[in-house]
Amino acid sequence: MSASDRPSQTMEMAEVALHAVAHARAGDKGNRSNISLIPYDPALYPLLAEQVTEERVLALFRHRGATRCTRYDLPKLAAFNFVIDDVLEGGVNGSLNLDGHGKTQSFRLLSLTVTVPRDALRG
Amino acid sequence: MTFLVGNGGGFSGDRVDAPIPVMRSLVKRGLPAAMFFETLGERTVALAQLERRRDPELGYEPMLERLLAPILADGFRHRIPILGNFGAANPPAAGRLVARLALRLGLPDLRIAVVTGDDVAGSVALDQLPVHEADDSLDMKSARLVAANAYIGAEPLVEALRQGADVVVAGRTSDPALAIAPLAHHFGWCFDDWQKLAVGAACGHLLECGSQITGGVFWDPGCKDIPDPANIGFPIAEVTAEGGLLITKPEDTGGIVDLRTVKEQLLYELHDPSRYITPDVVLDITDCSLEQVGKDRVAVHGLRGHPRPDTLKVTACFEGSWLGEGEVSVAGPNALARARATAEVLLQRMKLRGLPVRARVDLIGVASVLDSDDGALWRGYEGPEPPELRIRLAAEGADRDAVDQAAREVLALLCCGTAGTGGARWRLTPRILTRSYLVLRERVATSVVTRTAGEMVA
Repeated sequence: MSASDRPSQTMEMAEVALHAVAHARAGDKGNRSNISLIPYDPALYPLLAEQVTEERVLALFRHRGATRCTRYDLPKLAAFNFVIDDVLEGGVNGSLNLDGHGKTQSFRLLSLTVTVPRDALRG
Repeated sequence: MTFLVGNGGGFSGDRVDAPIPVMRSLVKRGLPAAMFFETLGERTVALAQLERRRDPELGYEPMLERLLAPILADGFRHRIPILGNFGAANPPAAGRLVARLALRLGLPDLRIAVVTGDDVAGSVALDQLPVHEADDSLDMKSARLVAANAYIGAEPLVEALRQGADVVVAGRTSDPALAIAPLAHHFGWCFDDWQKLAVGAACGHLLECGSQITGGVFWDPGCKDIPDPANIGFPIAEVTAEGGLLITKPEDTGGIVDLRTVKEQLLYELHDPSRYITPDVVLDITDCSLEQVGKDRVAVHGLRGHPRPDTLKVTACFEGSWLGEGEVSVAGPNALARARATAEVLLQRMKLRGLPVRARVDLIGVASVLDSDDGALWRGYEGPEPPELRIRLAAEGADRDAVDQAAREVLALLCCGTAGTGGARWRLTPRILTRSYLVLRERVATSVVTRTAGEMVA
C-alpha cells in the first residue's frame, strides 16, 4: 500500500534521512552540480516536493560556497533535479577536493531529514 | 523492425571485459545492430594531446586494443559496426592500431573509417568566439593552449557507415551522436526529424555511461541491491523505426535495469530537463515516462525533440597549475587528536616555509569529500573516535617546485609527525583548465576516410 492511500488523520509520522525513502545521483558540469532525487514510492513525490525545497538544499551546501539552487520537477517520472551553482569549489579542474566531480554529494543530499508517514518506510 | 544499440564502455578507465557479453548478446539476437564506446571525458582529449606531443603515434584511448580485440571479429562477421570517440587526440593513429589488430586477427577486409575535423586548435580563432563556460582560475594572458575540439554531431559518423565502415574511429563527438548515427543510418532518419533524433539522443544519453544504467554507481547494499556487481552487464537499447526505445542488458550478466536505474541515468548531468542540447537535436524529457515491461526491460515514452542549435560547443584545454597531494595514516587510541594536530602542523609548515600554494587538509574517515577547503566539517566534528584516519594535504600553485615541496611535507611526517604516523604517499600532477566556446557549425569541417585494414597497413 502506498503512502497516499491512507487517511491522513491516522498517519503516524517519522523523521528520517532522505536515504530511507529516496535515492539520488550527482553529476557535474564545471562548477555546477546536478543531483537527482527520486522517491522509491512515487506516492511520496508531493511530500518531498513540499519538504525538500531549494532553500533547504542550498543551505546544505552553503559551507562549500553554493550560491544558487534550482529545482526542476518531473512529476511524470516522480523525480526532482536539483541544479546547484558554485558548489564544486572550482569544479574538477580547479578543486582541491578528492572528489572534484562531486559525485559523492548525492549522499549529502540523502542525509537531509524529512518527515514521512511511518508506513512509507520500507521494511 | 528493431535495431539494437549496445554500449561497450562509458569512460576511459571502464571495465575492459565489459564489451564481450554485449557483443555476444547482439550476435545471438541476430537483429541489425551497432555498438559504441564513449571514452572521452572533457579533459581526456587534452591529456591525450600531451601524449601525442610525446609520441606522434599515441594520443588515443590507451585501452583501445584491449577493448576491441575480443569483439572485433564478431562485429565484422555479423555486420555489427563499432563506433567510438576512442580516437581521442589522434584518430588516424587509432585507426592504424585497429588495422594492425584486424590483420593479426585475420581480417584484412575489415573497413575502418577515420573521422577528423573536431580538432579546431589550428583552424578556428578562439579569441573571436563567444565564451560559453570557463574555469574561474583561468588567466587567458598566460594560458597555454593544449587542445581545442568541437563536439561534432552524428552526420560525419553516418557518412562513415555509408562508406561501409566496420569500425568508426572518431575524436571529440557529442556522446549521443555515437548512438544517433547508427540509428539514423539504419532507419534513414533525416537530420531535421527532431522527433526521431530525440529518441536517438535519449538512447545515446542513457547508454553513454555504460553500466550507470544497469546498476553501476547505483548499488547501495541493503537499500538498492543488484545481482552480481562484479559482473555488471553493459546496456543494450532496442529502437524501432517509429521511435520506440527500450533499455535492456545481456542475459548472462549481473546488474539490473529497472525504473530506478533508468531514472537516475536519465537525469545524470542534465540541467534544464526541457533543453538537453546536443549538436543534432535539443532533447526535452519533461513529458517523459518509463514503463517496466519485463525483467531488465524498461520502455522510455514521451520524448520530444526541438531543432538543433546553429552552433557547436568547442572545449579548449589549457595548461593549468600543479597539484601536489600527500597522505599519511594514524590509527588506534587518540587517533583523532593526532590527526587534527597533524593537519594543523601541515598548514603551519606551508606558512613557515613561505610556499606559494593554496592548500587544504582533509581528515579521511571524518570529513573529506563532503568538506570544504577550510575544513569546516572536520573542524566541527563532535562524533565518536574513529578507529583509523588518513590525513591528506592538497596544494596547488603555478610553481612546480613549490607544489612538490608542499607535498613532500607530508612525507617528512614519517619522522617528524605524531606518534604512530605511517603509510606516506605523495604525488605531483599537472592540471588542465578548460574554457568552452560556441562556434557556427559551418566553421567546423569534418572529413571521413574509409579504408580496409589491409590498405591501411600496406
